[in-house]
Amino acid sequence: MMLIDCPFCGPRDENEFHYGGQAGIAYPEAPGELSDAEWAEYVFMRDNPRGWFRERWFHGLGCRTWFTVERHTVTHEIRKAP
Amino acid sequence: MSRLPSGGLIDRSVTLPFRFDGRQLHGHPGDTLASALLASGVRVAGHSVNLGRPRGIFTAGPEEPNALVRVGADPMLAATTVELHAGLEAWSLRGKGRLDPGAVDDRRHDKGYLHCEVLVVGGGPAGLAAALAAGESGLRVILVDDQPRLGGDLLGSRVLLDGAPALGWVAAAESRLAALPEVRVLTRTTATGFYDHGYVVAVERRPLGERLWHFRAGRVVLATGAHERSLPFPGNDLPGVMLAAAARTYANRYGVRPGARAVVYACADSGYEAARDLAAAGVEIAAVVDPRPEGLSGALAGRVTGTVAGDDGTLAAVLIADRRVEADLLAVAGGWNPAVHLFSQSQGRLWFDETLRAFVPGEPAQAVSPAGACRGLYGTAQAIEDGYRAGAEAHGRVAGLRVPVSDEEALRPPAAYWGELDPDPTAFVDLQRDVTVADVARATGAGMRSVEHVKRFTTASTGADQGKTSGALVVGVLSELLGAAPGQVGVTTFRPPYTPVSFATLAGRDRGPLSDPARTTAMHGAHVARGAVFEDVGQWKRPWYFPLSGETMREAVRRECEAARTAVAAMDASTLGKIDIRGADAGAFLDRIYTNMYSTLAIGACRYGLMCTADGMVFDDGTTTRLGEHHYLMTTTTGNAAAVLDWLEEWHQTEWPSLDVRFTSVTDHWATVAVAGPLAGRVIAAVAPEAVGLAFMRYTDATVLGVPGRVFRISFSGELAYEVNVPWHHGRALWEAVLDLGAVPYGTETMHVLRAEKGFPIVGQDTDGTVTPQDLGMSWIVSGRKPDFVGKRSHTRPDTSRTDRKRLVGLLTEDPSAFVEEGAQLVADGVMLGHVTSSYPSVPLGRAISLALARNVSPGDRLTAISGDTTIPVRVVSPVFYDPDNHRRDGGPTPQNPPPQAIPPSEITPASPQGVVSSEVTPGSSGGVVSSEATPSSPQGAVPSEVTPVSPQGRVSSEVTPVSPQGRVSSEVTPVSPQGVVSSEVTSGSPGGAVSSEVTPTRPEGTVSSGGGGFPVLRMWAESPAAGFKERFAAVGGGRVRVREVPFVPMWEVRGEEPGKGMRLGPEWWLVAGEVEPGPGWVDVSGQRTVIELTGPGALDVLITGCPIDLHPGVFTGHAQTVLGKAPVILQRYGDLYRIFVRSSYANYLGEWLIDALEG
Ligand SMILES: [Zn+2]
Repeated sequence: MMLIDCPFCGPRDENEFHYGGQAGIAYPEAPGELSDAEWAEYVFMRDNPRGWFRERWFHGLGCRTWFTVERHTVTHEIRKAP
Repeated sequence: MSRLPSGGLIDRSVTLPFRFDGRQLHGHPGDTLASALLASGVRVAGHSVNLGRPRGIFTAGPEEPNALVRVGADPMLAATTVELHAGLEAWSLRGKGRLDPGAVDDRRHDKGYLHCEVLVVGGGPAGLAAALAAGESGLRVILVDDQPRLGGDLLGSRVLLDGAPALGWVAAAESRLAALPEVRVLTRTTATGFYDHGYVVAVERRPLGERLWHFRAGRVVLATGAHERSLPFPGNDLPGVMLAAAARTYANRYGVRPGARAVVYACADSGYEAARDLAAAGVEIAAVVDPRPEGLSGALAGRVTGTVAGDDGTLAAVLIADRRVEADLLAVAGGWNPAVHLFSQSQGRLWFDETLRAFVPGEPAQAVSPAGACRGLYGTAQAIEDGYRAGAEAHGRVAGLRVPVSDEEALRPPAAYWGELDPDPTAFVDLQRDVTVADVARATGAGMRSVEHVKRFTTASTGADQGKTSGALVVGVLSELLGAAPGQVGVTTFRPPYTPVSFATLAGRDRGPLSDPARTTAMHGAHVARGAVFEDVGQWKRPWYFPLSGETMREAVRRECEAARTAVAAMDASTLGKIDIRGADAGAFLDRIYTNMYSTLAIGACRYGLMCTADGMVFDDGTTTRLGEHHYLMTTTTGNAAAVLDWLEEWHQTEWPSLDVRFTSVTDHWATVAVAGPLAGRVIAAVAPEAVGLAFMRYTDATVLGVPGRVFRISFSGELAYEVNVPWHHGRALWEAVLDLGAVPYGTETMHVLRAEKGFPIVGQDTDGTVTPQDLGMSWIVSGRKPDFVGKRSHTRPDTSRTDRKRLVGLLTEDPSAFVEEGAQLVADGVMLGHVTSSYPSVPLGRAISLALARNVSPGDRLTAISGDTTIPVRVVSPVFYDPDNHRRDGGPTPQNPPPQAIPPSEITPASPQGVVSSEVTPGSSGGVVSSEATPSSPQGAVPSEVTPVSPQGRVSSEVTPVSPQGRVSSEVTPVSPQGVVSSEVTSGSPGGAVSSEVTPTRPEGTVSSGGGGFPVLRMWAESPAAGFKERFAAVGGGRVRVREVPFVPMWEVRGEEPGKGMRLGPEWWLVAGEVEPGPGWVDVSGQRTVIELTGPGALDVLITGCPIDLHPGVFTGHAQTVLGKAPVILQRYGDLYRIFVRSSYANYLGEWLIDALEG
C-alpha cells in the first residue's frame, strides 16, 4: 500500500486513488488529420521504464483531483513531478 | 525434563490445567504451551509432515519448525508461540494437519490504523533503547513486541547490567516509556509484513480475538533480534535435539530443565552461555563440543557426527567421531541468523558477512534502521547503544542516554562450518519439510545452481516457519556443494507474512454482510417488506423480481412483464448514476464526450447517448437531459456511475481545463421510480399531474406528491413510460404511492426482458469493451457533423472499419420451445462466429429471444448454438423483436403485425389490441391466443373514479401495508444540537459546514389531489437514510461512545466559486450543510448524504478500526474526505464529536458497521 501525496489532501493510502498511466500524453489537436499509425501511437503506446516515471493519479475517494507525480518503478519511491 | 523448584518468569502459585493430545497436564501463568509440555516431560511434540518421524520442541519462539499444534479453530500454531491458559486443548498435528470448517470460532477479530513517527519492532534491549531515544524527544512512537512482556532475549538470559539482573533495566525502560503520552507499547503483537512507504502490518493477539494493525511510520527501527541455527548431521532431528539458546531460555525464563544430561554443540559461543546456564539449572553437562580450533578450555574439540535414538525414538546418545556420549539433550549452537525478514521485505539489500557468517542488512530502501542483533550486534550493551543510535536517527539529535555495563564476554565468530555433507537420510536441513542434505545434493546434481530453484525443487523453507531455522543452512550446504561463497549463492526472497496469519484475522470484521458494502436505495425497506429477491449490481442490491407467494422466478417475471406490456408496472431505478453538469461550456464538453450532439439539444429535451473510450469502444450509455441553458443531467449505467464521473473529471481536468463545466454526483440525492406500461399515464396523473402531457424524451420539473421533483418521459421498455424523481427522503413514499395506484413492481430481470424484446443492448452484457457503436448497429447515434469526439478517430482505424466484425444480432431458435443459454457459442460450418449475450423467454413472442455478437451473419442465416453438450439450431433475425415501429411508447396499441424482417408471421403470437397477452401461449401454436384469465384493462377506458388498482393477476396492493419505519415522520425530527457546537450560523472558527440545529419538516402528511383522476388523498412521509437504526444506535451506545443519525440536514455542493462557508472538499469544491440560503449555482444534495454522529471518549477508538488516515487528535482537527470501513465518507471533528457524512446508499452498510464495532 503506497502512500501518495495528494497536492490537496496530503498523504493518503493508495487505495483512495485511481491510477491514470503515463503523464504528458496530450490528446491530439486534430485527430482527424493523423495517420492510423500516429493515432495508434497516441491510443496504445506508453513508456514502461525501469526507474523514474511521470504518471497521473486521481484522488477519487478524496478531493477528486487529477495530478502528476514521479514514481520509481523499482523502489516505488514517489516524488513531486518537476 | 522437569520443572525447577524456583526461578524463571512463571507464577508457580497458580496451576493451569490443559490437555495435549487428550492427556491432562498442567503448567503455570507465564508458560507457553511448549514450556509447559517440556515441564510435563513431553518429549515428542509431533511427527514430521512427510516422513512421520517423531519430533521434539526445537526452539522457544516463532521460528519453531516441529511443535505444530491445532488449537480450537486454529489449524496450525507453533506450540512455542501459544500462551498457556486454563483449559487449553491442543492436538499435535497429524500429517499435513486438518482444517476443520465446522470448528466454532467465536473470536472477534478486528483491525486498526495507527500512524507514528517511529515504529520500533522488537522490545528487547535494542528496541527498548530505540523507543526511549525517540520517545523521550517527543516523537510519536509505537513499540511492538511479540511476547507477553518486554525484554526480548533478556527474558531468557542471566545477564547482569550494571551488576544487577538485566530485567531491572527492562522494567526501568518500560516505566519511562509508560510515562510518555505519545508512546504506545503493544505486546503480544507480531509485525508480519513490511510494505511500501513505511507501511507495516502487525497482528496483536488478544483473548477475544486478534487485531490486525496497519501502521504507517515515518521511520521503522527493526530490533527484531536473531534466530539461532542448527547444523546438519545424521539424526539431527531426534526429540531431545534443541537449539542451545532455546534450551537456555527454557531453563532461565520458564524454570524448566530441558534434559537431565546434555551435550552442547558449540559452533558459536552461545553454546558456552547455554552450557553455563543449563548447568546452573541442574543439567549435567556431559560434553561441550566445539569444532573451532580455538575452542575454550574444557571443550571437546571435534564435531557431532550422529545421534542414537532410544527405544522411545528420542535422543539417547550423541556420537562425536568415534565417541558415544549418553545424553537426553543435545543443545546445538550453530551460529546466528539476524532476523532480517522485515528488512528484506522493505526491499533493503542483504549481504553476507563472512565474519559473522550470516546475511545482514545492507543498504536500506526506505527509512529503516536495523538495530542490535538484527544487524549482527549480539551483545546486550552493544544492542542498547545501537538502539539509542537508531531511535535518535528519527530526529537527528544525540540521545544522550547512558549505556549500562554488561557482564557478558565478547563473542567470537562462529565456526566456518556448515555441517557434514553427509548423504545420510536423516541429516536434515529443514525439519518442517523433511529436507535433507542429500535432497539439496540431488538438486545440484540435476544442474540447479540458483537458491530459488533449489528451494522450489526441494521445498526447503516453504513450510509454515518459512525456513527461519533452515534457510541459512540451505544456502550454506549449497555453497559447499557448488564451491561458491554463501554471498554468491544469495538468499531466497523474504516475503510477508513473517509468521502465519489466519484468513479470519485478515478479514477481521469485514465478513458476512460487512464483507462488501451493500448499497441500498431509499425504497429498499419497501422491497424487503414486499419479499423481493435481490441481485447484486456492482455494490447495489437491486430487486431482481418480486415473487408472490408460491411463484417461481419465471412465473413472477412473466407476470411482471405482462403488467408492463398490458397495464402499468414500476421499477426502482434509483441506482442509475446521475451527474449534474453545469457551466457555460457544458454542451460543448458533452459534444466531445458523447458520440452524438448535446449542445444543440433543446432545453427540456432528453437524448440517449453513447460514450466511447479513445479506442472507439463503447464505454457507457444513458440519457442526458438539458435542464437549462448551461445545465444538464446525465444518467449512467448503475455499475459505471463512478467510472463515468471519473471519466468526465479526467477529460476536463487533464485535457480541457479551460472549458467552463462542473460535475456533481446526485445519484443518491434523487430517488427514481420508472413507471411503464400503457396505463402509466394514470399513475402519473395522480402523482405528478403536471407531467401527464409530457412528450416522449422530454422532461419537466413537477410537484410530485407535494414535493419538488422531476419527471422524464424515457422508455427502456418500449412502453409508455416515465421516470419520476424525488429527493431521497421521499423515495419510499413515492414508491408506495405508485404501487397503491396499481402499478405492479418489477425487478431487473423484467427490465432485461423488456429491453431485450426491443433490442436495446446493455453495456457490459451485450458489449465487452471490444464493441463499437457501429457493431451495435447504432451508427445513427454517431454524429458525422462533429469534428471530433472521444473515440471518433478510432472508428476509421483498419480494425474497427473491418466488415467482418462481430455485430449485435437477434436470434430465434428453430424450435420455438428451445432456449439458448447466455454464453453459448455460435457455429456455422465448424467455424465459431460469435456468442449469445442475452437470452430470455418473451411473453409477447411466446418463445425465447436472444441477442448475440456474431460476425459475417445476416438475417435468415442458420447457425448452431452450442452450450456444454447442448446444440440448438438458431436463425439470425433483427435484434428488435417487439414493436419495431415504436407504436407503443406513446401508449399506442400493440402492433398487429410482427416485425416482418425478423419473425415470420406464423411464429409469432400477436398480442391482443387490448394489450393483454396470454400467459398460456402454447409453443408452436399459430395465431393469437388471448388468455381468458386475464382481465383486460382497457387503455382507452375512462380513468376510474376511485382507486381501482389496475390489476393484472395477483396484484398485491391490499396486502401491502406501507411500512412506516421509525423516525419517518419528519415533524418528529428535531435534531439536537450536540454540545452546543453546531448551529445554523457558521462561526469562523468552526471547521467546515455547520449543521442546522433546526430542520424544517418536509411537508409532513402532505396531501395531493390528482386533479380529476379521482385518486385518493395520499400520505407523504419523509424517511432519512439511517432512520431504521434509531433504536439500535441508542441501544449500542454506552458511556464511552454514543451514536445517532442527524437526519434531514439540508446540504449543497458548490463548485467553482468559494461559498464563504462549509467544508472545502477539493480545490474548487465545497459542501455546505445546514439552514442557510443557497447561493446561485449551488447543487441541492440534501438527499445525497446523511450525517451520523459519534461522540464520547471512545469515538476515536471506533474510528481507527476503519479509517486509514491519521486521526491523532493533534493532527486531525478539521475534516477530511476519506474512507470509513469500506464506505466513502466525509469525516468532521469537533473535540470528541465526530460527524460522518455518508452517501445515503451506504447508510445501511455504515450503520451495521458501527453497530458491529460498538457491540464488540
Ligand atoms: Zn486529494
